[in-house]
Amino acid sequence: MIEQGLLPGAVRCPGGCDNVASAKDRSKHSKKTASFAVARDTPLSELHRELGARFVEFAGYAMPVHYGEGILKEHAQTRNAAGLFDVSHMGQLRLSGVGSADFLERLMPVDVVDLPANRQAYALLTSDAGGILDDLMVANAGDYLFLVVNASRKQRDIEYLRKHLAGGCDLEVLEDRALVAIQGPRAAQAMARLAPACARLRFMQAAEMEASGIACFVTRSGYTGEDGFEISVASEYAEELARALLADEAVAPAGLGARDTLRLEAGLCLYGQDMDEATTPVEAGLAWAISRSRRPGGARAGGYPGDRIIARQLKEGVSRRRVGIRPQGRAPVRDGVKLVDKRGREVGKITSGAFGATVGGPVAMGYVPAEISAPGTELDAVVRGKGLPVRVARLPFVEHRYYRG
Amino acid sequence: MSDYKFTEDHEWIRMEDDEIGVCGITEYAQDQLGELVFIELPEIGLEISQGSETAVIESVKAAGELKAPVTGTIVEVNEALADEPETVNSDPQGDGWFVKIKLSDPSELDGLMDEDAYQEYIDGLD
Repeated sequence: MIEQGLLPGAVRCPGGCDNVASAKDRSKHSKKTASFAVARDTPLSELHRELGARFVEFAGYAMPVHYGEGILKEHAQTRNAAGLFDVSHMGQLRLSGVGSADFLERLMPVDVVDLPANRQAYALLTSDAGGILDDLMVANAGDYLFLVVNASRKQRDIEYLRKHLAGGCDLEVLEDRALVAIQGPRAAQAMARLAPACARLRFMQAAEMEASGIACFVTRSGYTGEDGFEISVASEYAEELARALLADEAVAPAGLGARDTLRLEAGLCLYGQDMDEATTPVEAGLAWAISRSRRPGGARAGGYPGDRIIARQLKEGVSRRRVGIRPQGRAPVRDGVKLVDKRGREVGKITSGAFGATVGGPVAMGYVPAEISAPGTELDAVVRGKGLPVRVARLPFVEHRYYRG
Repeated sequence: MSDYKFTEDHEWIRMEDDEIGVCGITEYAQDQLGELVFIELPEIGLEISQGSETAVIESVKAAGELKAPVTGTIVEVNEALADEPETVNSDPQGDGWFVKIKLSDPSELDGLMDEDAYQEYIDGLD
């Protein structure tokens, strides 16, 4: 009865996890779970089970897709109050040593050398073809650089960084740390009760601080478009910190399901769907992440993989672009769906799509030719053999509410 | 509840009289699907065969379908689900009904599970 799970990498997960994708499959293969690799726990897995999480396997981890309330409520909760997300599956890396900033700059079109202490930047690792290898956060933590990479690219990123590591630099994979995100208009209030110092942070600022007496590295950032914090904490104290945050009546747990619908409404890319190695930063609408100093004419122009291709695209534009897509009806339009023009010619495709609980209807992102990427352009999405009318829409669907002081 | 019959694909049917059966998806199915956001119902008069796709179901996290538990003709659809698909989540075997079918072969009901058999079946899935 259920055809298609929609969270990336959703596969069967034995030992207490539910398969989002397929009650129908389970009816046929109910006992045959032995052949699947066991998904890893995070430091908060016990807590998730206690809170009634439904699990999905994602990038080798058993992650909560939602708790008892469900995705729509958790999404609304995050926009109206505060949601607490476990994102410990993501890779946390510490880069230190002389020349670390220079080293990173050789792999990405971002200003790391002049990134001030206690500041974070959104960054892209690029390939020789100008494609995106991963998107990540880089924070200057004073005597080291703190990187957060996507779970699905973690192993690849680590090998890649290690392979190119300059002498004198040290890359440490922080295996014993958890990462939690508290997001929403009441996140700051909840966090400040435990860590008063967080109130001093503005969007994309970072600091070490104590929360409930627990040492944390905190950045004011997230993946929802809302104000909030991402908190790196030692695994052994993660549950204590999470419980302390959840003790605030404004804070409720939220899973990957809501995380996906929130980021989509916020117009944020998901690596592996909205961008991949075959997508360039300019195509993906991420040219803003290319620092001025690294552009042609900048103090340290070029010097990263794909620099010539990207410089040319910055100057001349690109043939296809990432845009928002707003279905005109109620049916969701999902990843992989073809877009056609009103003459029925295939012009592009959807890379992410879901029901946006704040928007109150389906929202999506996809790629279309630059010449038909203007907001309002009418297209059709081919779903179940029929053309559903959609329009190109400006991103984000829900305005960001980052705290800028 | 003893007059409900169930399919392996988690649909239910309850006969209103000798000819007409009310159909929907089960409690188990709505729980697996999560919050429903879109339902597309068939046209009245459509003839469907047992097992064929009869209604489109979209939840927040998955796409699915209602397969006809029996062969017959659609005689009524639950229009309210277009505006409030979440009714299926709150009352899947009552107000969340999808369609009413006039059966062309009532003997097909004999091949479906009764409530105990269905309960045993879903217990075996977990």
